[in-house]
Amino acid sequence: MKAILAVASKEFHDGLRNSWLLSITLIFAVLSIGLTYFGAAASGVVGVASLSTTVASLASLAVFLIPLIALLLSYDSFVGEQESGTLLLLLTYPLSKTQLLLGKFVGQGGIIALATLVGFGSSAVVLYWQMDDSAVFSIFSTFILSAVMLGLSFTAIAYLISLSVTEKSKAAGLALITWFLFALVFDLALLALLVGVEQGVSQQGLTQLMMLNPSDIFRLVNLAGLDSSDVNGALAIAIQSSLSQGQLFSLLLTWVILPLVGATFIFKKKKL
Amino acid sequence: MSDPVKTAPLVQLTDVGKHYPKLTALNTLSMHLNEGEVLGLFGHNGAGKTTMMKLILGVISPSHGQVQVMGCRPDSKAAWHMRAQVGYLPENVSFYEQLTGLEVLTYFARLKGFDKKHAIGLLEQVGVAHAMKRQVKTYSKGMRQRLGLAQAFIGQPKLLLLDEPTVGLDPIATAEFYQTVDQLKSQGTSVILCSHVLPGVEQHIDRAMILSSGNMLASGSLAQLRKQANLPTRITPYGLNGALRQDSHLLQYLNHHPDSDTLFVPEANKLTTLRQLLAYEALLNVDVEPANLEQVYQYYLTQHQAEQGQQLQLEEGQS
Repeated sequence: MKAILAVASKEFHDGLRNSWLLSITLIFAVLSIGLTYFGAAASGVVGVASLSTTVASLASLAVFLIPLIALLLSYDSFVGEQESGTLLLLLTYPLSKTQLLLGKFVGQGGIIALATLVGFGSSAVVLYWQMDDSAVFSIFSTFILSAVMLGLSFTAIAYLISLSVTEKSKAAGLALITWFLFALVFDLALLALLVGVEQGVSQQGLTQLMMLNPSDIFRLVNLAGLDSSDVNGALAIAIQSSLSQGQLFSLLLTWVILPLVGATFIFKKKKL
Repeated sequence: MSDPVKTAPLVQLTDVGKHYPKLTALNTLSMHLNEGEVLGLFGHNGAGKTTMMKLILGVISPSHGQVQVMGCRPDSKAAWHMRAQVGYLPENVSFYEQLTGLEVLTYFARLKGFDKKHAIGLLEQVGVAHAMKRQVKTYSKGMRQRLGLAQAFIGQPKLLLLDEPTVGLDPIATAEFYQTVDQLKSQGTSVILCSHVLPGVEQHIDRAMILSSGNMLASGSLAQLRKQANLPTRITPYGLNGALRQDSHLLQYLNHHPDSDTLFVPEANKLTTLRQLLAYEALLNVDVEPANLEQVYQYYLTQHQAEQGQQLQLEEGQS
């Protein structure tokens, strides 16, 4: 336990030193406050838009940004240390591979979680101040919690990438492709499936397919509770046959744990 | 029942080999290292030095044979406590560049259960305390190496494995390093020094082992190796000039080089030859130089290559 904490605190301090925490928090805060104020600009009004519009636009932005940031933060976590030789050294210490992995996860996950909380939390405060509606906090706590889990999920996926390659540049390329697949290609493919194959996929089947992508689960968590007028595309259909929030959260949690377990497995098999 | 840890050697390798699909990193090899012993491990790149260290560290498992360190298999779960008592300096390591020297060492110390104070003490010991608040990226090669050594010394390990420890160190720092090794040895620490052949390492090692492409070519104390190799001692007399070439007994040791007065005398005839030389009134000075480690190393390597060449020819002849 002590060893995990030592690794975690080192990783967390690295995040502070590299200004990762500061820049992610700033990005989230600026974007979310901006969206909160100007989200309704399209309809010709400047000012706080409705809560559901705000959260809908925040969610559709976060779903691109959070995975990208998590992958960027963690893709070189292992392969970087392998290249500099410290990974081999660390493994000669009284520290198991699982402990090292968990320590890194706690540290870097902490950066993502804190940045998400502070960044998006600030816009929740602004919204509450403007609307004086306590529903803000309940909706935002769902949003922030799912955003943190989305971030953690992609941190774990980044570890999978970082442990399966031996060069930092390869890990970077793979991380980019992974982001592209989950953020864009997956949804396009779903849409194509929906449009192209007549009576091919049922509503039920579509929802099930969406569970294969943590980004889509995140979308479902946040959009299910909102007016469907703010939501369109494949999602709107999926929402109609939506799963309960609890189910969605546990699926998201699965998307955190599975890649972590996979990464541990690869780490144990890895030759150094 | 007697305590196996006390009687058994600190490190014991029995018929250990490590094979990868495409190459044999280490052929069947046995060795042992006692408490307070310093072993020099010599060989070219790819000779198997690092593989052997990794096996002892438990980072990799042997393909066959048995590795025992402090009474347990280093790659097993039981080796947990052993690891806190082993210090390792890898050959190529660049520490976290963006951290300061003190932060790096504190991190590693924490992982072994020690605190910042311990880290500061070690930095003072290796002589980088003045720069401990600076980022590692500003360090020179020598300072990085010292930082690495400080890292290996964390927690006064019982066993130290040092891969190319003196690379990048200036002569003074090298001397200081060897002093530290001597000091650790007197405290009962066992050390495995792994390197290309280094001048000046002879006085500090108890035994040497020469590796080449995964095979152990020779192992033993330096005196034993010298004897086995039967390398001559170089004796250079001064002031004798022509007299040397008139003495038939001395003439046989003379190099074929016409200008050189150096005699190459087998170890067994050293004293007789010296006495004979001392009998000359004209003798001004005499240098006696036993075969050094580098020559011993060269000898075993060339012998090994010659054997391999023969084998190759034989195989070609058969086919």
